[in-house]
Amino acid sequence: MSAAKIEVLLQTLISGLLLGGLYALIGLGMTIIMGVMKIINLAHGELMMVGMYVAYLLFAWAHIDPYLSILVAVPLLFFLGVALQKYLVNPVLKVDAILPENQVILTVGIGMVLANLATIIFKSDYRTTPVDYATKAWYLTDLWKDSPIELSLSFPWTVSFLFAVGITAALWFFLSRTDMGKSIRATAQDKDAAMLMGVNVERMRVFTFGLGSALVGAAGCLFLPIYYLYPDVGGQFTLTGFVITILGGLGSTVGAIIGGLILGVFESLTATYVGMGWAPVGRFVVFMLVLVFVPGGVASLLRRRRFGK
Amino acid sequence: MTYRKPLLILALLAVLPLIRAVPGVNANYWLHNFILVVMWTIIGMSWNLLSGYCGQVSFGHAAFFGIGAYTSGLLYVKFGLSAWWGMLASIPVVGAAALLIGFVCLRLRGPFFALATIAVGVILRIVAENLTGFTGGDMGIMIRERTWVEKTWYYYIILALAAGTFWFVDRIIASKLGYYFVAIREDQDAAESLGIDTTRYKTIALVLSAVLCGFAGAFYTNYMGYIDPKVVFALHDISVMAIMVVMVGGVATRWGPVLGAVIMILMAEIIRTIPKVGTAHHTLFGVLLIVVIIFLPNGVVGDAAKLRRLLRPGRSA
Repeated sequence: MSAAKIEVLLQTLISGLLLGGLYALIGLGMTIIMGVMKIINLAHGELMMVGMYVAYLLFAWAHIDPYLSILVAVPLLFFLGVALQKYLVNPVLKVDAILPENQVILTVGIGMVLANLATIIFKSDYRTTPVDYATKAWYLTDLWKDSPIELSLSFPWTVSFLFAVGITAALWFFLSRTDMGKSIRATAQDKDAAMLMGVNVERMRVFTFGLGSALVGAAGCLFLPIYYLYPDVGGQFTLTGFVITILGGLGSTVGAIIGGLILGVFESLTATYVGMGWAPVGRFVVFMLVLVFVPGGVASLLRRRRFGK
Repeated sequence: MTYRKPLLILALLAVLPLIRAVPGVNANYWLHNFILVVMWTIIGMSWNLLSGYCGQVSFGHAAFFGIGAYTSGLLYVKFGLSAWWGMLASIPVVGAAALLIGFVCLRLRGPFFALATIAVGVILRIVAENLTGFTGGDMGIMIRERTWVEKTWYYYIILALAAGTFWFVDRIIASKLGYYFVAIREDQDAAESLGIDTTRYKTIALVLSAVLCGFAGAFYTNYMGYIDPKVVFALHDISVMAIMVVMVGGVATRWGPVLGAVIMILMAEIIRTIPKVGTAHHTLFGVLLIVVIIFLPNGVVGDAAKLRRLLRPGRSA
């Protein structure tokens, strides 16, 4: 392999990992909702879109940096998620219908409403957030003068990635160290047993939906400096989200992180070596392969290893 | 099952083109809407067969619609045949595609199947967009020679197709096959333990449903004269719309898809014509879907008794 080829490969892997870290955050929100509620939230990307518009508006009106608007978007999305769960999803859980997939269809309806409302309010224009560090990057040759290959690390991508890692770490701390987090995990594991242990399952469900929405809202703020924004942007992230959820293993947080990274790298490789337009196909090919060959996702592989010991 | 009511309704529908004789009415506009309603009836019945009766909720009927449409379009572009042959050709093509899709997706249950079908629909759209040499990509396919300028014949063709589909689905549901489907929907493990080869019958349901939907797609190519990947493989405007038609009308009912198509298409058309509100039609659709799922989970037909009670105040439930 010539130096130029290695350079392309390494650069692809780097951008894939950075993208994967952000994907993991999207997948995490979806997977904890999946774990506790046992429903797939197909309005997930649309919630992210709401987060992106919140950050965009703050930037356009008050010139608040998208990274700072996480502080606004997260609580806002949390309450939006709580409201959706309380007033729409919960009633449907109680309704008796022929098809149990009603809840999934309901989230599709919610997503449609959100995307369409955004179109009405903001028109379908593509918007970007012209932050002044958008094109800033670090280069390998700056550090190491006679490096044979040239690699670059985009500033906003790296910052977004670090934020995503930080939020993921905070989430891990919350789920494993706090009482509330443990209750959520107990509810996900066995709803009835958790109830017997005195966990308020109903409250955990509402809280989890809020938490999942807040996470994806944060992801929206992180995506804003590096992506363009339009009302239908959510659809593709919903699809990404559920591919990660399946890839990682339903309800598994570690799986979602690994799944996000795998997907990011894989998409990046497809975009470089097959063609830009084919990247989404690559995503779904991974998805189908996982569904057929490793239906439990990464989580089942991890579990198998642990039992093997 | 008696066919007096369906035949009566068919007879009523058959005289609809007489709307031309009514002065002051834009007959072409209304015929266009009638054609769309009847086409959506077919798609709805097709979805109902697989998802309503057999319980395999599909979020990817656009895949079959699109394959049918592209079979028709490609026959015209690549082989110079009339696009009408696509109707016939779509049977083996869509059938084979459904077998392949079923082989992968039908191993999955419930929500997993639903997710896999979304993926299938999206994969096909992206493939059709990217294989520019074969499908023409985003440029789409244009049928240059229209068979008729007038819409009456298109209306009768799709009406005949819908009548045939209605009869076909009715026969299937009344047969042993239909009972197998419902058994699978109610409890797949129980059905399996009673000796029903569930994979086989799910595949049959999928292929039948796909072929019916493919017909509608092939007709669409002929009628509209233009297709492109974003239109025929659309997630919201085809796959989700198919779900909505049946959910609103009534899941696993005989008349649900028919009524659902009338309500949804006419509502879409009416909303679009209202100035300012027109752009919000997806919002209203979404709200309607949410309301229907919460209050009328079995649709207008399935919950007819509940609706009647609501509309007749004073009588307690």
